[in-house]
Amino acid sequence: MTLFLERIISGINLGSIYAIIALGYTMVYGIARMLNFAHGDVIMIGAYICFVAIGSLSLPPLVGVLLAVAVCTILGVVIERLAYRPLRQSASLAVLITAIGVSYLLQNLAQLIWTADTKSFPPLVQTVIEQAAVTLGLATPEEIAASPNFGSIVISANLRISGTTIVTILANILIMIGLTLFTGHTKTGKAMRAVSEDRGAAELMGISVNRTIALTFAIGSALAAIAGVLLCSTYQALQPTTGSMPGIKAFTAAVFGGIGSIPGAMIGGILLGIIEILGNGYVSTQLGDAFVFAVLIVVLLVKPTGLLGKKVSEKV
Amino acid sequence: MKKTFVALLLAVALTLTMACGAFAEDAAAVKVGLIGPMTGAAASYGTSVAQGAELAVSEVNALGGVQIELNVQDDQHDPETSINAYNALWDWGAQMIIGTVTTGPCIAVGAEAYNDRMFMLTPSASSTDVTADKDNVYQLCFTDPVMGSSAAQYIVDNGLSNAVAVIYNNADTYSTGIYQAFKSTAAELGLTIVSETTFTDDTTDFSVQLTEAREAGADLIFLPIYYTPASMIFQQADAMGYAPAYVGVDGMDGILNIEGFDTSLAEGVVLLTPFSAAATDDLTVNFVSKYNELYGANPDQFAADGYDCVYALYAAINNAGITAETSPEDACDMLIAAMQELDVTGVTGEMTWDATGAVTKTPRVVRIENGTYVSVE
Amino acid sequence: MKLKKSTINNLISYGIVIAAFIICQSMVSAGIMSRSLRGQLVPICVYIVMAVSLNLTVGISGELSLGHAGFMSVGAFSGIVAVAWLESLIPADAQTTSLLANDTVRLLLGMVVGGVFAGIAGVIVGVPVLRLRGDYLAIVTLAFGEIIRNVINCLYVSVDSGRVYIALDNLDMLGEIVVNGPAGTRGVSRISTFAVGFALVLFTLFVVLNLINSRSGRAIMACRDSRIAAESVGINVTKYRMMAFVTSAVLAGMAGTLFGLNLSSSVTASKFDFNTSILVLVFVVLGGIGNIWGSIIAAALLTVLPELLREFNDYRMLVYAIVLILVMLMTNTPAARAFFARILPRRRGNDGKGGEAA
Repeated sequence: MTLFLERIISGINLGSIYAIIALGYTMVYGIARMLNFAHGDVIMIGAYICFVAIGSLSLPPLVGVLLAVAVCTILGVVIERLAYRPLRQSASLAVLITAIGVSYLLQNLAQLIWTADTKSFPPLVQTVIEQAAVTLGLATPEEIAASPNFGSIVISANLRISGTTIVTILANILIMIGLTLFTGHTKTGKAMRAVSEDRGAAELMGISVNRTIALTFAIGSALAAIAGVLLCSTYQALQPTTGSMPGIKAFTAAVFGGIGSIPGAMIGGILLGIIEILGNGYVSTQLGDAFVFAVLIVVLLVKPTGLLGKKVSEKV
Repeated sequence: MKKTFVALLLAVALTLTMACGAFAEDAAAVKVGLIGPMTGAAASYGTSVAQGAELAVSEVNALGGVQIELNVQDDQHDPETSINAYNALWDWGAQMIIGTVTTGPCIAVGAEAYNDRMFMLTPSASSTDVTADKDNVYQLCFTDPVMGSSAAQYIVDNGLSNAVAVIYNNADTYSTGIYQAFKSTAAELGLTIVSETTFTDDTTDFSVQLTEAREAGADLIFLPIYYTPASMIFQQADAMGYAPAYVGVDGMDGILNIEGFDTSLAEGVVLLTPFSAAATDDLTVNFVSKYNELYGANPDQFAADGYDCVYALYAAINNAGITAETSPEDACDMLIAAMQELDVTGVTGEMTWDATGAVTKTPRVVRIENGTYVSVE
Repeated sequence: MKLKKSTINNLISYGIVIAAFIICQSMVSAGIMSRSLRGQLVPICVYIVMAVSLNLTVGISGELSLGHAGFMSVGAFSGIVAVAWLESLIPADAQTTSLLANDTVRLLLGMVVGGVFAGIAGVIVGVPVLRLRGDYLAIVTLAFGEIIRNVINCLYVSVDSGRVYIALDNLDMLGEIVVNGPAGTRGVSRISTFAVGFALVLFTLFVVLNLINSRSGRAIMACRDSRIAAESVGINVTKYRMMAFVTSAVLAGMAGTLFGLNLSSSVTASKFDFNTSILVLVFVVLGGIGNIWGSIIAAALLTVLPELLREFNDYRMLVYAIVLILVMLMTNTPAARAFFARILPRRRGNDGKGGEAA
């Protein structure tokens, strides 16, 4: 039983990372109606920027994260402007292929800039938790030094939820609530929903489609930077290819939860993580991924638009 | 269709124009090709080998004797691309090949080279399949069975453990090969393996593998894997509060070079490797300092293998009397004869070869203490 | 009248392919083709077949498939096992020179087996997949591709005097191991030839062009353009979508066998991953969706392109990515289209293509 619970916790750990990547995916898909396959690589760039900022430039962790967010936001907007906007009127497949081109480009650029050697990302979130605890007077530096993995919830000897996981889940919930409020209640957010419903009509209502989509990419890429930092704080190896597999898994998670749905991305991500770990643990470590995809297929056959997806009626 | 066609033609024309004049031929040099992954997921291994080899070539050419011209081609760790790279080198006029770096592509290219009578010396493709049934392929690295059984022997001889867990990469020939040899030697020596788990190239979460090892009561984990997944295993075991002993193999060398890695996690890890950047012999000191100067990092075992490959070939070229005019077919036969007579000492130790193409050298046992490698006798 | 025109167009298409083959073959015989390019001939044929068959799904039938490499994988492994098994019946040649040598016979039989197995996989995948639409269909094909890759990664196959053994580990296997789990194939003789590759391209063109110009082909395109309208005139939508999907899978399987037997070993399941599916999709989109000739040209050029870029060394894949993005932008933006329309005299497309509707 303990082992089962332990696996569930590992699954939540992995799934909360997928969820945060999936949020960016689903956001861009919902509004721009495109599968942005370069999203995983924006995550990788974000992680590298943060790594360089706190490593070589010795900036404080939070400044490093903010810098990564800023760089990724600009990168996202630039990519959208140069590579995707000219194709706004073209077939969606043309945009898909361009996104793949951008993905190759980012991976190879990263390799040229930072070489292919693995970098070990610091346990950033853990450090931030410890610093915050000291600043808030919750613990003394000596206490922290004495207890490894400070900030984790210990249920029993083998059952603990690490501080990084807690922060990741909290970040997930905050981002989810923030995005829901933003798209539901602000003027810009409503403009985004309008664009996603009907681009032509939105334009007639005086909404600038280009600006709205650019903003979506800015938000999506900022989320990607945060996802990159959280991903690499948990699984600390960083390489130019780090973003691709989590990117595909997160895309699957977004579809699983119902692509375009913000709470769906979170639920989909966490479920996917749990399924993957249980599949690895109880079926085979070789077939964990196959198990994930098999469950996805079954879910889509039962609910063709994902767990929380909207039922779309077909236009004739 | 028309517009696409024109655009494609433009693209190709563009690249062809840009590609012109890239060859600067040096008629007097022996042409050596090097194949390995320079891009993609395995790129760090290929670039290390290429850097080590380039350093050795510049040293060898400075001696003023036989000059060597090195041409490095990328294979992305893919057999198909590797054959393309080999063909490109053949067109260039390569007389012998250093490579390929990784096992799968090496077996595929080896078959081509065997038909062409092109000599190959692989720095790091360690499977016995690489040299099997081919007289023209030689290895500079240990074969996987040697590595696996030495590791089991070492654990038993030093009484390190009664209950061993193995975590290996099932998608990797190198890892699987060592694991199988380790397993059979362990059975012979009465060493109990309590848990065997696998992962693949995409795995980042090792919680399942680690909990299985812990539940089975393993006090030592044998890791016949490369350093990148090993670094993740150390970190995740630490986060779980699980602290077994670790024994690694030559692929683990390089773990201390990972930028940003918390070396305290690898404290006490024992690894069997032919090369150690901490060794104090003149060859290694010279190699490490020059490598640092050129590339700003400590060389890993792959760089050392690339470096030694060039020196081994250089010695064989000199002994066999190969010149820039020797055809690849003749060079192949001459090198095969020369390699079996050869006895060179490089940064990875003293090496001799037998007719199968496998190398004989002794693995060093190295322990990580205070963030550096310390030789264990 | 219309049929006749399409027949003529088809004949012209075959003629061009045959001419291209003769030119390449004579260049090889005359020894003026570089070895690099010679090594590319079979892969070019493989990728042309992959692109044309995927175009049947994506362009003609209108389903975005992201798992085409999965069928290639099934074809490659089943074909290789079949060829290894046939070795006891049809021994290998000492010298492969004549066109109908034993190796060629085994290769052709292997391709048939590869095609049949891939077709069966196509049916298994198609039944659930074709109930979905659009991006959901795409993700499920992606999922199937990944499942196929993971499952084949776990299989060990050995052949022992006419018997085939399949296991989940390679301990105590009888006979010669042909598929060694994640390490891929081993001990396979390399028997693919350009001539057979060319024959497969011709066969693929024959199948696809005839299908497009047939009653079934028009039904498939009707389902693509408007499913509801097609249903309302009594077209069995599922049947025709399935027909296109399975045909495409069979052709991909045959291409897979050709690909697998072009390498003597180390054909791994991970070679046929998501990236390979995407690579083929790039050929299709770049060549023009639904445009068969576009697929052929794009597949051929883009297979050779990374090799031409070898001069760039470290920048090779970077330049490839930039070329890919630029070509997509050049061919798909209104400004660039207007530019090409200005500099080129207008000519009506007449090569039996199914339109460029997405």
